[in-house]
Amino acid sequence: MAREEENAEKRVEAAPRPSLALWQLGLRRLRRHRLAVAAFWVLVVLYLMMLCADFLAPYHYDNESRQHSYSPPTPVRFVRDGRLSRPYVYARSYTFDEYRRRVWVEDRSRPVPVRFFVKGDAYRLLGLFPAERHLFGLDRAEASGGSTGAAPGVPARLYLLGADARGRDLLSRLLYGSRVSLTIGLVGVAMTFVLGLLVGGISGYFGGRTDVVLMRTCEMFMMIPGFYLMLALRSALPPEMSSVEVYVLLVAIMSLIGWAGFARVVRGMVLSIRNREYVVAAQASGASHLAIIVRHVLPNTASYAIVALSLSIPGYILGESALSMLGLGIQDPHASWGNLLKEAMNVAQIRFHPWILLPGVCIFVTVMAYNFLGDGLRDAFDPRGLTREAG
Amino acid sequence: MWAYIVRRLLIGVPLLLAMAFVTFLFIQLAPGDVLAQYRENPSIPQELIQQYEARFHLKDPVVVQFGYWLWNLAHGDLGDSFVRKAPVAQVIRERLWNTVLLSLTSLLFTWLVALPLGIFAAVHQYSWGDKVFSVLAFLGMSLPTFFSALLLLYLVSLLGWLPLGGMVSANFESLSFAAKVLDVAKHLIIPTLVIGASAVAGLQRLTRGNMLEVLRQQYIVTARAKGLPEHRVIYHHALRNAINPLITIFGYEFSALLSGAALTENIVSWPGLGALMLEAVQAQDIYLVMGDMLMAGLLLILGNLIADILLAYADPTISAS
Repeated sequence: MAREEENAEKRVEAAPRPSLALWQLGLRRLRRHRLAVAAFWVLVVLYLMMLCADFLAPYHYDNESRQHSYSPPTPVRFVRDGRLSRPYVYARSYTFDEYRRRVWVEDRSRPVPVRFFVKGDAYRLLGLFPAERHLFGLDRAEASGGSTGAAPGVPARLYLLGADARGRDLLSRLLYGSRVSLTIGLVGVAMTFVLGLLVGGISGYFGGRTDVVLMRTCEMFMMIPGFYLMLALRSALPPEMSSVEVYVLLVAIMSLIGWAGFARVVRGMVLSIRNREYVVAAQASGASHLAIIVRHVLPNTASYAIVALSLSIPGYILGESALSMLGLGIQDPHASWGNLLKEAMNVAQIRFHPWILLPGVCIFVTVMAYNFLGDGLRDAFDPRGLTREAG
Repeated sequence: MWAYIVRRLLIGVPLLLAMAFVTFLFIQLAPGDVLAQYRENPSIPQELIQQYEARFHLKDPVVVQFGYWLWNLAHGDLGDSFVRKAPVAQVIRERLWNTVLLSLTSLLFTWLVALPLGIFAAVHQYSWGDKVFSVLAFLGMSLPTFFSALLLLYLVSLLGWLPLGGMVSANFESLSFAAKVLDVAKHLIIPTLVIGASAVAGLQRLTRGNMLEVLRQQYIVTARAKGLPEHRVIYHHALRNAINPLITIFGYEFSALLSGAALTENIVSWPGLGALMLEAVQAQDIYLVMGDMLMAGLLLILGNLIADILLAYADPTISAS
């Protein structure tokens, strides 16, 4: 009932300036979807963190300290000698107990303060400006190992979320890893968008034999079990590629698998649009086929296309994670959330160092945010539910 | 009906071949091949390498190689696995049933859990339980399979109730038949839960939606007005009509099921087709990759076919011809 009313409302309000009013109405509906709005802000925060990863991360992603292999999260203390103090940590080192398990010992003689805007590993802010200040971290000189105490010679390290096998800070690696995991969905969807819009547009517009051939091709791609194809395609390229090459390759592979479903949705919409008066008018006035498809037909599929695509972003994030986790994606020392989970494939490691599961939590949160946002977008811009089945 | 089934299978053939050709092309485009490792290994005699090259026509152009592969396939020969030194058909046969077993238990789990929950949520719409399931379903839809697998493994490693991977225990051979079945069943629990649960959320939402739509129909009002007991109204009148669209979904889900199974197999080291695929891909064992791909494609086609046949049975308005 509510949906019908909304449609009626849309028809009435949309009459004077259709395209603009439709968008405004959609946005208004989206704002009413509280979960979608919350999800949107979660994503904004995540992407901002990604952009400032170098600055927010206390260490460079490859800054390792083998003495701190699998260090548990460092407790940050605020009270010293019964009085409130600036935050500080202790240097820690490990010995083994009789079962060869790690036992961590703190060097209580020497507190190392956590400083803000501290000088650390050099980086380029936004890839442009050379910088070495980090939001927070330990000063190098203060952190370096003391000659006495419980652990002489072992420097203090700040591991808010624990460390990995090589003593690299998990928080820093998560922040750097978000660059891969958060962008791959957008880039992948952009490729799918172009390919799917073009093929779907041509297929629906021309119909006939073109349509049959293109749609059979689509079906072939949809028939192939995606994960198997992904493995086969990935195998076709040398394992020792640079991480940038792997990234491009992963996007290409996943778009190749993902465009078919999207093209079918677009085709269905184009089929219903191509006989409208304005298309016939454009044809009569001698516009070329490509111009008609690009300027008159495809823009009318845009709102549905955006909904369908936003719902498919999680697929790319998950695909990258799965491949990286199996060792076929982004390679060490570079980080992606999937690649970070690789260590968790070993059950014994999860059991003793459960914090290595955190990259999975990041993936979960991102995917959930996209799902909620996509859901809200669908309710707002696609009330007829065209993308529901194909999405 | 039989004509329909045969026709559907025949349509699948060119599809499978096209798929096989694309895969073949990609793998042969890869620099290096399985023999590259052999050539670097001085303990393997040159004659053996030349013998392999001659036997599998590795020096010929890709299209010719593919032709030979097809020719052999037509004679029921899938080629040899280089790494395992055994016929591909034999290697795959062992693994195929493991994947089929896992897929079936997962499917069963999904439907047995999702249908009742969906019906419950629809019948008690906006109740406390419905809301809890809605939230759980939204969370479940966003939980990646690989992550839920890791979480479950972590949980089980803390509790120590279940085996943590593989398909059989080390002492499997010495067990009695009943104990063997039990052993495999125990190993099945984790992967089944992981794959099954990933689909429960979506299916529960769909069941709920369909059920709600059907419950609004006039024939339901009529049924109630006649004084039928509520359980008859729901299970005899509403459920049958709510399930039809779900069976269509069943066909679509098959692809996701296979992919999910492949990933989970790799994480919990279940010896199925997916785990085999990763091994084969890593070793560039071309014929094994091809055979594995073919099997997965075949399973998918069969799954879709079964879904269509089920639909024809469940919905008399759809005729299979």
